[in-house]
Amino acid sequence: MKKSVLKSYQRKRKIINTLIHVGLAVLAIIWILPIAWVILTSFRAEPGSYISTFLPKGYTINNYVRLFTETSMLNFPKIFMNTFIVAICSCIVTVFFVLSVAYCMSRLRFKLRKPYMNFAMIITLFPGFMSTVATYYILKALGLSEGSMILVALVLVYSAGAGTQFFIAKGFFDTIPKAIDEAAYIDGATKWQVFTRLTIPLSKPIIVYTVLTAFMAPWIDFVFARVICRASVEYYTVSLGLFRMLELTMIDAWFTRFAAGAVCVSIPIAILFVFMQRFYAEGMSGAVKG
Amino acid sequence: MKKFFKGNNKEFSTPYTLKNAIIKGDTWTRLSLAVLGAGNIARKQYIKGILYFLLQVVYLFFMITTGLGCLLSLPSLGSVEQGEIWNEAKGVYEYTAGDNSLLILLYGVATIFLLVAFILIWRSNLKSAYKAQVLKEEGKHINSFKEDIKELFNKDLHKLLMTGPFLGIVLITVLPLVFMIAMAFTNYSTINSHLILFDWVGLVNFTKILNFNDNIGRLFYSVLSWTIVWAIFATFTNYIFGTLLAIVINRKDTKFKSFWRFCFILSIAVPQFVTLLVMRSMLQQNGAVNVLLKNLGIIKTALPFFGNATWARVTVIVINMWIGIPYTLIQVTGILQNIPTELYESAKVDGANSITTFFKITMPYMLFVTTPYLITTFTNNINNFNVIYLLSAGDPTPVGATAGKTDLLVTWLYKLTIDRQYYNLGAVIGIMTFVVLAIVSLITYRNTNSYKDEEGFM
Repeated sequence: MKKSVLKSYQRKRKIINTLIHVGLAVLAIIWILPIAWVILTSFRAEPGSYISTFLPKGYTINNYVRLFTETSMLNFPKIFMNTFIVAICSCIVTVFFVLSVAYCMSRLRFKLRKPYMNFAMIITLFPGFMSTVATYYILKALGLSEGSMILVALVLVYSAGAGTQFFIAKGFFDTIPKAIDEAAYIDGATKWQVFTRLTIPLSKPIIVYTVLTAFMAPWIDFVFARVICRASVEYYTVSLGLFRMLELTMIDAWFTRFAAGAVCVSIPIAILFVFMQRFYAEGMSGAVKG
Repeated sequence: MKKFFKGNNKEFSTPYTLKNAIIKGDTWTRLSLAVLGAGNIARKQYIKGILYFLLQVVYLFFMITTGLGCLLSLPSLGSVEQGEIWNEAKGVYEYTAGDNSLLILLYGVATIFLLVAFILIWRSNLKSAYKAQVLKEEGKHINSFKEDIKELFNKDLHKLLMTGPFLGIVLITVLPLVFMIAMAFTNYSTINSHLILFDWVGLVNFTKILNFNDNIGRLFYSVLSWTIVWAIFATFTNYIFGTLLAIVINRKDTKFKSFWRFCFILSIAVPQFVTLLVMRSMLQQNGAVNVLLKNLGIIKTALPFFGNATWARVTVIVINMWIGIPYTLIQVTGILQNIPTELYESAKVDGANSITTFFKITMPYMLFVTTPYLITTFTNNINNFNVIYLLSAGDPTPVGATAGKTDLLVTWLYKLTIDRQYYNLGAVIGIMTFVVLAIVSLITYRNTNSYKDEEGFM
């Protein structure tokens, strides 16, 4: 009697487990399918944006070759390098700004601390690109809207406002025990030394997380780049370049190359992301675990 | 409101205030009222004093040469139209420079910012002069410039670290924002061609947008209600299904946990605009999805993913789930793994089944921890430009309307300013979006524990 109850329980569990795994597999396919479709399209031999079959009929590597060699209409290698340079520069500035502000908010006590936090909260409530047009005119007045200065302008746009995005890093710093700081002060350390030699080395996960998000921003952003680059195609970033390939006049000739470009952009970011994702999780769960 | 900005200042009170400097200051300190740095130079803080003085000279020079003119033309925003003169000798029209209201407004706002900055410098100069005076009277040590610099790395570290980020925010965020808000009170738009010369019009734009009987007003209310519906659906579908998925993957009996997670997280790693543009082309009339369904014989005619208002709205919400669930998965997985296992074990001893433990332990714990996350997701969704603009572009758009059926306030704002050049209306929409967000987040955010009990961690 008892044995059969156990058996039916085990069978029930087996059925549930199988169902769950099948369900997960179906969902996983739904999530992978569009990505797989882009990769297939990037190797598709037939040109054009729409084809009558789901899978390509022939495969070729030509799309990639043409993307990087035919640069008269749209110089993809240059665009790729632009984005890379902007990403590195804005990443450095952003990380410096975010860590500085987060440390001040978390560890230092001064009169304008609370007001600043409220101020930052209010600022972030405005739609980010509401002011893009105004930002463009300011950058123009500063002489940053022509030629290669556009890249400087992009770096500024992506990084200069970073001081409002300190909340996650501040939350992380809050979890580092204050006793560590106090011990260092007793040993005669200055606040600067505590910040650079104690807090920063203990904050690897959140630094990596900040680096990751800051580095990815220029690859992902579309709105700011569009307003600032305007018609200067040679200073486009990848998102603008890829969007341009889908314009009505270009889409037929460029669609497979768009897919190839999308793959080229996604691979480095995907590698970075998967590699750094564990820092994201660690950063969320705090610094020194009890 | 006052408390909101001032915070608790008692612990930072100092005797070196502006009031004391004026009342109790000696001749040198009072001279600093007019000549910056005088007080500091008198107390042998030469470098500091000279720096203050140089700042004053530069500022006055700027005000006399350009600043004053900018301020004076701000009320009228310029009136000289661009002229066209026929040049007989060359046989061409020559253009005489007219006023450009936009630049006048921008320079005016910037000058006001510089004025505020100068007043702050003037204040700090007075305080510093008074402090030096008091220290000298008490026979205490007055810091040399070198020592001041040293202090920046210790006691005044916040000044060193905050200056750069704060200037960045003022230049790239606050200044443009004030400039844009000012536009909401002008008639700067292509309507009646006010693109070069425009005037202050007061609250006209606001009454227009809030008026039910106006075309724009009606559109505003319909876009606003869709924005809120969208934000609620987008937030909660992602949250509920993401959490369910995380729980299912985290079950003890689920095999290949990290493989499943990898499959879902892969979609985050691909830049959002790429996936969105791909989805967009897959969902077109002749796109891959329709082709696939037709080939399989499931449908005869193409599905109108972006052709019909209801279809389009459901489509963007469903696609947003595809985009958003992996994010929830990441967030929630960490939290689930942090739930103390003792809770589950003791519940098991008490004979609770998995459904009871879910509702009595998992759910309350999750809700407690993730409330701030939910709020940020909600506000992000109100501002979710990418998903709407790159996916449906607001379509379907009725003929002649400025906003489509799936447009959010932010995408409408973008279309109004960038595509249509109705800058004033765009600015009003931006302010309205801010109001909606401010109401939502002020109520909820200020009630969360992480804000109230900030020191709780330490």
